[in-house]
Amino acid sequence: MSWALPLPVVIPLIAAAVCTAGDHVLPRRLGDAIGVVGAAGAFAFSLVILLASEKQTQLTWFGGWKPRHHHVAIGVAFAADPLGAGVATLATGLVLASVLYSWSFLRDAARAYDTLMLLFGGAMAGFALTGDIFNMFVWFELMGVAAYALAGFQVAEVGPLQGAINFAVSNTVGAYMILMGIALLYARTGALNLAQIGHALSGHRPDGLVIVALTLLVCGFLIKAAIAPFHLWLADAHAVAPAPVCLLFSGVMVVIGLLGVTRCYWTVFDASLAAQAHDVRAVLVALGIFTALLGAVMAFLQRHLKRLLAYSTISHMGIALVGIALLDEKSLGGASDLLLAHGLLKGSLFLCCGILLVRYDGIDELQLHGKGRSLPVLGIMFGLGALGLTGLPYVGSYLGHAQIDEGATANGIDWVQPLLMIAAGVSSAAIFRAGARVFLGWGPREDPLLSAEPSESPPERTASMPALFAVTAALLVLGLVVSVAPGLGQRVEQAAGRARDRIAYVDRVLRGRELPAPPRPPVAVESTATDSVLYGIGATAIAFGLALVGLFRRRLPEIVRTALRFTLGPPLAALRLAHSGIVGDYVAWITVGTAVVGGVWALLLR
Amino acid sequence: MSFLPYAVAAWVCIVGLYGIVTSRHLIHLALCLTVMQSSTYLLLLAIGYVKHGGPPIYKGVKLGTTSVDPVVQALTLTDIVVSVTVIALILALALDVHKQAGTVDPDEIREMSG
Amino acid sequence: MTRRVRIGFFLPALAGFAALLVWAYTGIPSFGDYQGPYGFVINRISTPLRHMDNAVNSTTYDIRGIDTMGEEFILFAAVIGVVLLLRDEEGRSEDVEDDTGSDVIRIFGTLAIGAAVLVGLWLVSFGFVTPGGGFQGGVAIASGALLLYLVAGYREWSAFGDETKLDPIKGIGGGGYVVIGLAALVSGMPFLHNFFSGGVTGSVWSGGSAGFVNWSAGIEVAAALVILFSEFLEKYIVPIAKSR
Repeated sequence: MSWALPLPVVIPLIAAAVCTAGDHVLPRRLGDAIGVVGAAGAFAFSLVILLASEKQTQLTWFGGWKPRHHHVAIGVAFAADPLGAGVATLATGLVLASVLYSWSFLRDAARAYDTLMLLFGGAMAGFALTGDIFNMFVWFELMGVAAYALAGFQVAEVGPLQGAINFAVSNTVGAYMILMGIALLYARTGALNLAQIGHALSGHRPDGLVIVALTLLVCGFLIKAAIAPFHLWLADAHAVAPAPVCLLFSGVMVVIGLLGVTRCYWTVFDASLAAQAHDVRAVLVALGIFTALLGAVMAFLQRHLKRLLAYSTISHMGIALVGIALLDEKSLGGASDLLLAHGLLKGSLFLCCGILLVRYDGIDELQLHGKGRSLPVLGIMFGLGALGLTGLPYVGSYLGHAQIDEGATANGIDWVQPLLMIAAGVSSAAIFRAGARVFLGWGPREDPLLSAEPSESPPERTASMPALFAVTAALLVLGLVVSVAPGLGQRVEQAAGRARDRIAYVDRVLRGRELPAPPRPPVAVESTATDSVLYGIGATAIAFGLALVGLFRRRLPEIVRTALRFTLGPPLAALRLAHSGIVGDYVAWITVGTAVVGGVWALLLR
Repeated sequence: MSFLPYAVAAWVCIVGLYGIVTSRHLIHLALCLTVMQSSTYLLLLAIGYVKHGGPPIYKGVKLGTTSVDPVVQALTLTDIVVSVTVIALILALALDVHKQAGTVDPDEIREMSG
Repeated sequence: MTRRVRIGFFLPALAGFAALLVWAYTGIPSFGDYQGPYGFVINRISTPLRHMDNAVNSTTYDIRGIDTMGEEFILFAAVIGVVLLLRDEEGRSEDVEDDTGSDVIRIFGTLAIGAAVLVGLWLVSFGFVTPGGGFQGGVAIASGALLLYLVAGYREWSAFGDETKLDPIKGIGGGGYVVIGLAALVSGMPFLHNFFSGGVTGSVWSGGSAGFVNWSAGIEVAAALVILFSEFLEKYIVPIAKSR
């Protein structure tokens, strides 16, 4: 099956090349069809690789350059373990959904759009499947370039341009940091293959070079993953990109950042940092919780629907980072389940926003007040999506939340779970509040708490509503059943365990040793602890309660409102100031974050 | 002497980063990104240098002669292309911004915030 | 945030970042003391195994060819992005009277175009023997094309820099790279395996199928850069034409 490994990358790339070469020659529909075929082919082969990787990590050396000379890797390898293959499948699947949705949704410059979308998907698949650190950087940059152009798509307004610039500059600074980290590791080990770098570093105590390489790589990837304080660009980029592009940004592009951190840590840094894992963990858990809460609060302050959803994405990325940062199998499995459900559900919510834009010409919660009442089906889908994100037991992202909570408990950390519950509750409260205002007409038409954003003009293609609804509904249903899909939780945990196993990875990649196939996990709905059920119910209660408070604030007694204004006013104003929309501020915060993370690790890890 | 190239690489990176944060002109900002990228070239090429090593071209040169590392040069080539492409995109965005907003000062472009 | 607040946060952080970088760099082996195996292995095997004298290009197009494929598509994506971002409802303006009036420029410019394109082609074809290769040669060819604007003015250029002609070239260049890799895959070898490797060291034919890959990169880079120049030039020319 290893011959299939390049295909999820190669098929979209060649489809993109064909689309461009034939741009002025082929009829429009044929070009569109090539796009769909390219995306579908990539998805199909990703699935095939995923199934094969569960038995054995799939391995191919490009150009046939196998390692030799005392296990020195010469060529570039794709090494697909189930975690990487899973992310590649998610990426290509969401790209397929996006291409199908866009078929109906966009008309302006459709060919360029499809091409960029295919390149974006191929690059993400390449990043997820590769076993070479510089190759990761190349796919990371391809992803980035395609994304910057897709974000600035609607060039006739300043908003998209600002969003695209903030996006491009922030992520490029991140890419340079990653490159510096790669250079440092190359200087120490003379290798670019992940397994070989890890092998070369093992047994040596970490020194300044390794610690700073860890800092640069982690911070560079966390910029892409939109973790605070590196997150500022995400909301700007989401607010202005077309809805199917936002689907990809929130659904899988940020996941790539987290995968980068995971992959680099477990194949490279675990070798020398295993003894001090708790120090690494401490910093990342702190960042994760900070992000989860910050994203949730900022989400509540938005009225632009896509920006609101973007901050909710940031919040969920924080929760997922906590799962990854706990550095054990259950939590990493939980993070993966959470990101799977989140990608599907958040994606469907963005597609709902696209339908709202097409139908009602607006994307602002207050402007759309009550208009959604004529589309009750959309309202139900929106509500279900929000519910899935909250973590109500056995719906949507619940499985992921539960596994992370259990992982935290197993590690003896008890204060994390309530905070994550609050974060999930608050971010979902924002979505429920918006949904209630738009689809039920609840709440006042003015709300000074929410920041005003530029409006968006709808796309020019006359959309086929059934097609748009179909794609949205498909994603929604898939997302909701993640928690109850039999066997999924156990298989994801097993995949997480494989991802953490550096020795087996090195054996497989450098020595070609085929490992015995792991036992098949049971095909049953994973049961979760009672605590997790309670946290899930708690998050839902917070979500509903806070949404109602947000809508009907005026009915609270005057004393309560004044107290809230005094205590919450200044911090919220400061938060707003920090999210200024100015790229210089964003890069300044990136520098601050990197210096702090690096400084803390310098003190702890030496 | 043996640390000088790395010190220069670090300095160039810092200068570029400072330029990005304090920039008042989008084209200046794009060029500061280029400066930051140049620091990574310096770092890579300095890492690959072998004392008394010649270029890794073997035409007419006996195999086994000391040569510098070709891998970092290949990486730098890739980097240059990547950097050119990103700068091209940012310049195109700057042109568009100037057309729409009449300014290229990043501090002035504030359609979105909060 | 005002600039002053921003700089107040930023400068200490920048100092900390600089300290981290310097601390890391002290851990690198001192300048000239490269130790790692990767470079030495490639220097040893590049000529015997692949008949390529230029170890850098054997790394770029053969050993790490998949990186170059990705990089090519980055250029591809960026050019599409620039065309997308600079797209205009106004359409092209073709009647701009701006050729240079000077005969000297015209004569020497034309000679220079020929020289630039020739040098570019030479760089690409001898990429495995001397420093050069697809990317470098492609850029040289593209700059020769840009000289055309200088010599002949916008009207001649716009006939040349037309998207409908260049897009297929770009697509074929990019797609060609992938097709060569796939050809290897289909015949049972790993993707991008260098088939008919060998050839004569030191000649144009060294490198095997990596040579084709080298050419497709050169073609794609030249076409992509000409499109880029064309887009930016149009943004410059059209307002000038209007103001006349």
